[in-house]
Amino acid sequence: MMRHILGPVLVILCGLLAWEVLHLLVANSSLPSPLATFVEMGVLLRDPDFWKQAAQTAQAFAVAVVLSTVGGIALGVLLGMKRLAGQVAEPILVNLYSLPKVTLYPVVLLIFGLGISARIAFGIMHGLIPLTLFTMNAILQLKPVYRRSAAVMGLTSWQTALRVVLPAILPQVITGARLGVSLCLLGVLIGEMFAARNGLGYMVTHAMERGDMPTVLAVALIIAAVALAANGLLLALDRSRQP
Amino acid sequence: MSAAALAQVPVVAPDDHHARLRGVTRIFGPRNGTGVHALGPVDLDLRRGEFFSVVGPSGCGKSTLLDVLAGLSFPTAGTAEFEGKPITGVPAGVGVVFQEDASFPWLSVEDNVAFGLRRSGVDGAEIARRVDYALGFMGLKAFAKAYPAQLSGGMRQRVCIARTLVMQPRLILLDEPFGALDQQTRLLMGDELLRLWRETSATVLLITHALDEAAMLSDRVGVMSARPGLFIDVLDTGWPRDRDSRIVSHPRFGELTAHLWEKLRAESLKHLRGS
Repeated sequence: MMRHILGPVLVILCGLLAWEVLHLLVANSSLPSPLATFVEMGVLLRDPDFWKQAAQTAQAFAVAVVLSTVGGIALGVLLGMKRLAGQVAEPILVNLYSLPKVTLYPVVLLIFGLGISARIAFGIMHGLIPLTLFTMNAILQLKPVYRRSAAVMGLTSWQTALRVVLPAILPQVITGARLGVSLCLLGVLIGEMFAARNGLGYMVTHAMERGDMPTVLAVALIIAAVALAANGLLLALDRSRQP
Repeated sequence: MSAAALAQVPVVAPDDHHARLRGVTRIFGPRNGTGVHALGPVDLDLRRGEFFSVVGPSGCGKSTLLDVLAGLSFPTAGTAEFEGKPITGVPAGVGVVFQEDASFPWLSVEDNVAFGLRRSGVDGAEIARRVDYALGFMGLKAFAKAYPAQLSGGMRQRVCIARTLVMQPRLILLDEPFGALDQQTRLLMGDELLRLWRETSATVLLITHALDEAAMLSDRVGVMSARPGLFIDVLDTGWPRDRDSRIVSHPRFGELTAHLWEKLRAESLKHLRGS
């Protein structure tokens, strides 16, 4: 148990140390010290306005995650089952995905307006494709012998889908979901930073304009903690299914 | 003979056919002559309770033959019957062990073995009894709670055999089940297979590319030609039912293997030269 904790604790300590050194090296105002940041974080966490902004982000993030997970898996299954469709879709998806999506944000804004839906759409733009690709490839790479075994054991196609295909692709789908979830958060935050009057992304930009660096870093740290927690949760889920 | 027929008593012929193929042909792709003629026409009678092996050069349609009997693939021409009924899908009473590792990595060994039974409506106590028996029979008792990733290739193949065994098949089809295993493991697995065959009195059809394996395990060995696969010889080994891998030291084992190679050498060359 001690061994499990020792590694991460050491990494965190080294990070804090590097941060402090960097803080001492650069001008004081542009990079606040870890201590100043943690003090600011304490202030923020007691501020009701912060929680209002966080709720805005959380709402957009949650909707984007649910929609891109459901949509990505459904699309991936569909493309994986229809081999030709998958072969056509894969290069399109990969190229689409490598586009710098932020340049398309004005278009998203024009379509969805300045409200929360634009941020949700932008989150989905980031999170949907990785999940689709991972799910599709998992199905395409499914060992044919699994389906043949299911057939000779007399399983119906529904039983095969539920009892064989689903558990077989699950590890890759969870990997895709881990990627998708963090990218959804990225999309939502970028959306908030560029055109919004609320949300944590807006808070960061607003603080930056005021030169309030402790707030910028404190919010960034909180978001990082949330992102790491989400990733850790999915990782734990993945591990819990295996010995 | 006529008296028996008059009395309407089912006559069990000395060669009681368990599965029967007549003129089975399989062509992949278009049928206008440009498709790949993989198999046949093949006639085959599997006698109830016999151990029949099929050897042949790579790509001769051995696996296609097995697929037809398993109901996984349908002949382009000809008929396939199991226990007197035409094969229209996977027949009840047929079990298959594949060459590739087909154990499910997300299930423990015992759940793997119970997998097919749990979908077949057999009650819980009976499932537990059969799984327990199969685990014991295949020497997997100590690994019941383990996962396939923790087992060697040979052990995983045992799991797949146990999974087939619990379904109590009357015809067991094996598609190069030991192809991925090392020689010593293969010999030992051969012994297990013989023990299983004696115990269950099932009919066994073994597809293999190992001539020694066929010579050691079988009652009869069918030798197939290069593609399109046809039976060019059927050999009676004459081994007693109670046999094991120690017969490799018997002079007849060498003769049988040599005979099989003689028959196959030309065919294998054809395959090698791609004709």
